[in-house]
Amino acid sequence: MPTVSVGRDRLFEALGESYTQEDFEKLCFEFGIELDDVTTEKAIIRKERHLEGKEEDEDEEVIYKIEVAANRYDLLCLEGIARALRIFIGKEEIPVFKISDVPPKSMLKMHVRPETALVRPFVVCAVLRGITFDEARYNSFIDLQDKLHQNICRKRTLVAIGTHDLDTIQGPFSYEALPPPEINFVPLKQVKSFGANELLEFYRSDMKLKKFLHIIENSPVYPVIYDSNRTVLSLPPIINGAHSAITLKTKNVFIECTATDLTKANIVLNTMVTMFSEYCEKKFEVEPVEVVYSDGRSSIYPDLTVSNMEVSLSDITGPIGISLEASEVVPLLNKMQLRAGKSLTTNGNCNIIVSVPPTRSDILHARDVMEDVAIAYGFNNIPKSKPKCMTTGGQQPLNRFSDKIRAEVSRAGYMEVLTWVLCSHEENFAMLRRNDDGEKAVIIANPRSSDFEVVRTSLMSCLLKTVKHNIDHPRPVKIFEVGDVVILDAARDVGAANNRRLAALYCNVTSGFEEILGLVERIMKVVRAPHVQVSDNYMRPSNEPEFFPNRQCSIILHEKQIGHFGIVHPEVLKKFGIPDPCSYVEIDIQALL
Amino acid sequence: MVENVEDKVKDLLKKIEDGEVVDKKEDIDALKKRKLITLQTWKAYSLRKGPKYAPERKKAATDLTRDHLQRGDWKDLEFKEYNLSAQGQPIQVGYLQPLLEVREEIQNIFLQMGFEEMPTNNFVESSFWNFDALFQPQQHPARDSHDTFFLKVPAATRQLPEDYVERVKRVHESGGYGSKGYGYDWKREEADKNLLRTHTTAVSTRMLYMLAQQDAIKLLLIHFVYCYLMSGVICDHGLTLADLLGVLEDFFTRLGMSKLRFKPAYNPYTEPSMEVFSYHEGLKKWVEVGNSGMFRPEMLLPMGLPEDVNVIAWGLSLERPTMILYGIDNIRDLFGPKVDFNLIKNNPICRLGLL
Repeated sequence: MPTVSVGRDRLFEALGESYTQEDFEKLCFEFGIELDDVTTEKAIIRKERHLEGKEEDEDEEVIYKIEVAANRYDLLCLEGIARALRIFIGKEEIPVFKISDVPPKSMLKMHVRPETALVRPFVVCAVLRGITFDEARYNSFIDLQDKLHQNICRKRTLVAIGTHDLDTIQGPFSYEALPPPEINFVPLKQVKSFGANELLEFYRSDMKLKKFLHIIENSPVYPVIYDSNRTVLSLPPIINGAHSAITLKTKNVFIECTATDLTKANIVLNTMVTMFSEYCEKKFEVEPVEVVYSDGRSSIYPDLTVSNMEVSLSDITGPIGISLEASEVVPLLNKMQLRAGKSLTTNGNCNIIVSVPPTRSDILHARDVMEDVAIAYGFNNIPKSKPKCMTTGGQQPLNRFSDKIRAEVSRAGYMEVLTWVLCSHEENFAMLRRNDDGEKAVIIANPRSSDFEVVRTSLMSCLLKTVKHNIDHPRPVKIFEVGDVVILDAARDVGAANNRRLAALYCNVTSGFEEILGLVERIMKVVRAPHVQVSDNYMRPSNEPEFFPNRQCSIILHEKQIGHFGIVHPEVLKKFGIPDPCSYVEIDIQALL
Repeated sequence: MVENVEDKVKDLLKKIEDGEVVDKKEDIDALKKRKLITLQTWKAYSLRKGPKYAPERKKAATDLTRDHLQRGDWKDLEFKEYNLSAQGQPIQVGYLQPLLEVREEIQNIFLQMGFEEMPTNNFVESSFWNFDALFQPQQHPARDSHDTFFLKVPAATRQLPEDYVERVKRVHESGGYGSKGYGYDWKREEADKNLLRTHTTAVSTRMLYMLAQQDAIKLLLIHFVYCYLMSGVICDHGLTLADLLGVLEDFFTRLGMSKLRFKPAYNPYTEPSMEVFSYHEGLKKWVEVGNSGMFRPEMLLPMGLPEDVNVIAWGLSLERPTMILYGIDNIRDLFGPKVDFNLIKNNPICRLGLL
């Protein structure tokens, strides 16, 4: 979930009211956001630099870190949070966003060249006229772009935002895709001009920007936006040009969003303009830009259309489990920024017509409307009921059987452990003197560390690691685990299947082979059933690499090998750093069910 | 010439012979050194009859033995006071994992409430069942390589129910079933990618799909037990959010958490989504104890479930109750290979569900 940092005092100023922390937390809880942390700018810096101590000064500005829902892009800045809360507590009307009347001839244009389809096919634009920034607003404007880039833009892969001082550039603009050697400009925060190839090389050591280079670097052409004087506005999704950089004094802002996903580009552009048109001379008014494609098609952005959704009253109140009149539902929806009215259908049922504003891209279905009514009503005010059904409980036979085996082995004096399903390739194979024939193990494509390379095909490495971590524990160590391994299986749709295993290990100054043998005998005695016929000679000498020669057996049931036991091979013990001999058994208990 | 020879030793010995006291330390040491005197200790006792006087000696017994029982002399025996500060013999005993003890109690609560356990022993799952079928868009951050383990072997699933896949694709791309959809190009390759299952909701999805293929939709209450995560799912005609609140109250009260609050939250496959908070008397604050919600229509309708069928679900991690219950700070002390054996050995009985 994204977290937004806002100055507490500015937030309360915007809410027109000061809250105690407890009251503010309560308001957040009802609305569905969370006050995650209370800190100060200096405390954050201290934390980043790992500086100890030093209590904050009284005069430091208090910062609230607020966690918001991942699909509410309109809550990613102070402006949006404050507006949503003001409307929620009934202090403000739902804003009406307006596209300013610009004659088609004087409307700014963005021409899209067909080559852009090769790398980043979409662009949408808008202009904020007569905006007034101060330091806090300016920082919030930059932070919102950052937050959008991190979240809906998927680290700029889907959408990248560029904002420019319109008074420094000249329309019409053109969105092109050119071979890197043809692109040359002075990027933001630099003074000299870079060729595109040179620039990417330069940013390879930039902690922030190097993460975005992969998006275009393997493309034969790079996306680039020019004004009518061939001034570079930006090289999306990497960097803007220095020429058109916005400042605190900027009055007119040109916003362009380039994208590989048009739906998300629109959401991003709409979020930017609906949040910051608040500071425009004409509040909530946005100037449109015409995007013209080379085949003559053109569209005007931003698209701030309010979409209407007709939902029957029963589809709202029914799934909540409360009864409300339409006249009660409408004000609840208003609290959530949804304008609503009621209409009667021909058969006398009541429908609610909900106007979904461009800020609420999260509303996809009548169910989302129902949720907003439930939130505004208060989850904690809904009278609780019970499902009107009767059922009987039951357990998975394999899990119940596993529990019985666990009880049996613990009664034999073993201690149960619980280990991870993933391990390193080496632990699962080489350290157990086994080769990976590629036929058994599930291999992770993106392991985060060497501890998570393969799904275990046996529990042996897990128990040996556990002994190693408790190497100073008094002997004998007797541990066991009942858990799953995963084995490749061509018969399954996904190509692999779990297998439930029992593993037990005995470690002492002597091998304890008879101890483990005794446990095997006990298990094989108690699992007998009409369909589990344990023959007298269920143990057969085996020759497995992880066990000591001549001190190992396989366990046979219905002519199938279902397990092995023996003294662990000294080379295996050495690899796991265990100085004392161990005996070990592992049995497929699924076969015994 | 010396007029008087003072034989100090002789004088001292003479003194001793006469029964006088020699008390200078250096004198005594000098005599001792020359072995002219030795130390002797004399003890004197004065005896008289005490209250427990007996003409024959009795030995106080320390333990009741088979011999005592056979002879029947335990009645006459004097038993020694028992030293209660002495430790008992260490006992030979096995131990069950504390976390699994908690799991068992929570599972019992599910069973008492009429839930049936579903199989969760399929760690390898396709992105389709893990994400796409749950209406989780392909660009969702949870599908990032940072949050999900994708597989090199076996890299892709071999088969999916094709007509259902087609309906899921449509609902993602352009909606339907009353939804706008997400408006993006849905890619089959993404859905085919195998991964390590990230949540048991993937299992619920398979179960609900199977249920939807049956002629009559029967009510289904299922629960999942997987390592330290548990979840409950109820599927029925006309279930409501009020029912979910009621079931959660019942469930968590049985866990000893009766003071609950619900906070709106976000989850791609549930709408509404609620976080469950419980007031912890010890910590004197509200603690998040679980997540819950109603599955989205965009998830259920493409499966073929009727429109009036709702599914309510919730999940909880055993981590927090276990840590609070046993006062453990770090869950890594409790499981994984770095477990501390002493912690398992000294752990008290799990009293969850006894209150």
